Amino acid sequence: MTKSHIKVTINGKVVEALVEPRTLLIHFLREQQNLTGAHIGCDTGHCGACTVDMDDMSVKSCMTFAVQADGASITTIEGIANADGTLSALQEGFRMMHGLQCGYCTPGMIVRAHRLLQENPDPSEDEIRHGIAGNLCRCTGYVNIVRAIQYAAAKINGTPFQEAAE
Amino acid sequence: MIPGTFAYHRPTTIDSAVALLIELGEDARPLAGGHSLIPLMKTRLASPEHLVDLTGIDGLNGIERSDGDVVIGAMTTQHSLIGSSLLSELVPIVRETSLRIADPQIRYKGTLGGNCANGDPGNDMPALMQCLNARYVLTGNEGPREVAARDFYLGAYETALAAGEILTAVRIPIPAPGHGYAYEKLKRKVGDYATAAAAVMITMAGDTCTSASIGLTNVAETPLWAEEAGRLLVGTKLDEGSIASAVAAAEAITDPASDMRGPADYRTKMAGVMLRRALERARSRAKA
Repeated sequence: MTKSHIKVTINGKVVEALVEPRTLLIHFLREQQNLTGAHIGCDTGHCGACTVDMDDMSVKSCMTFAVQADGASITTIEGIANADGTLSALQEGFRMMHGLQCGYCTPGMIVRAHRLLQENPDPSEDEIRHGIAGNLCRCTGYVNIVRAIQYAAAKINGTPFQEAAE
Repeated sequence: MIPGTFAYHRPTTIDSAVALLIELGEDARPLAGGHSLIPLMKTRLASPEHLVDLTGIDGLNGIERSDGDVVIGAMTTQHSLIGSSLLSELVPIVRETSLRIADPQIRYKGTLGGNCANGDPGNDMPALMQCLNARYVLTGNEGPREVAARDFYLGAYETALAAGEILTAVRIPIPAPGHGYAYEKLKRKVGDYATAAAAVMITMAGDTCTSASIGLTNVAETPLWAEEAGRLLVGTKLDEGSIASAVAAAEAITDPASDMRGPADYRTKMAGVMLRRALERARSRAKA
């Protein structure tokens, strides 16, 4: 099958590549670009572990062909840290609030929460829970993930962090 | 899971997309958000040899008011429907329904046109469009034609779309100001299709119902417009007796499958429960 030429900006860097049309974006990122942060969890579009940011949208890269990303700008978990390499507010929030246990869902959670906070800088707990409804975590029970996102929102907004009620 | 091989096309005009679909025939499928088609391709339940991606076509995106309609481009995503102030003002049930579809990631990619044209009885928009008496603009090589949503669905995955035609826009008649509305959906978890769901639009004059339209999702091979159930409510005060008659009439036209969402009898009953809840909420929202 003829390969397609694509040009994609990934974490600020322009990448040109040849891909088979059937190559899924997650495989392109992990296997051709060696960006293994986004995970393949369920491979059926349910779990959100493969979430990346594409043209300001959170998308499931296991349900997107790499050719569909031609011309797009993509941010993966590898592009989330601050420019100086320190942890972003969200990454710090997940660390401080113990927003992960096994860590498998974390890249998808953080990339999704990144877009959520771009669109809604001061979300309520309910808005956070609905906002991450496309990301499954089988360890935490979500409580500390919600706290981690609240921590990040407070840090970005320069407001005091108030923990959600138990 | 890796899909079978296919050739990828990204036309930039409707004419070229239609020409491609006609030329390639049954080996080609149009691609919108992809969240119905790509899972089928990954499990090899679908193996199209050509995908015609519609995202590069100008003019298929957007929401505007035109005469007495709200006109929505077929490639408008559910995320955009949710964020539209025009829709929230004029037809807020579209936002309410969109929020019940899948999850945030899928709503960024999932489109109104894809949801309507796919023909899967589990899709939420078709019953809503029947409830709203929307018209679909279908564009083929002889130009556009309009088909009412109420006439579009012929069976599971069977629609009035002719070979080479693309659903390019949806026209929703603007409902009366002060109407009551609700979409009630029973699902097992986020991202699931409905066990049963009901869309309701009503208008009230004082405490009397002056119009009622009801759509039902995923309780037959097609979405259902419950015409008789709606008619039974008009002229009533939406008292218990009238609602019970309407619920019975709606349940009577369902023909759901028994599947992992429950046995057929249960799903029929849940269609009635969803309708009852939707009617109650629509009434509480209606301004006489």
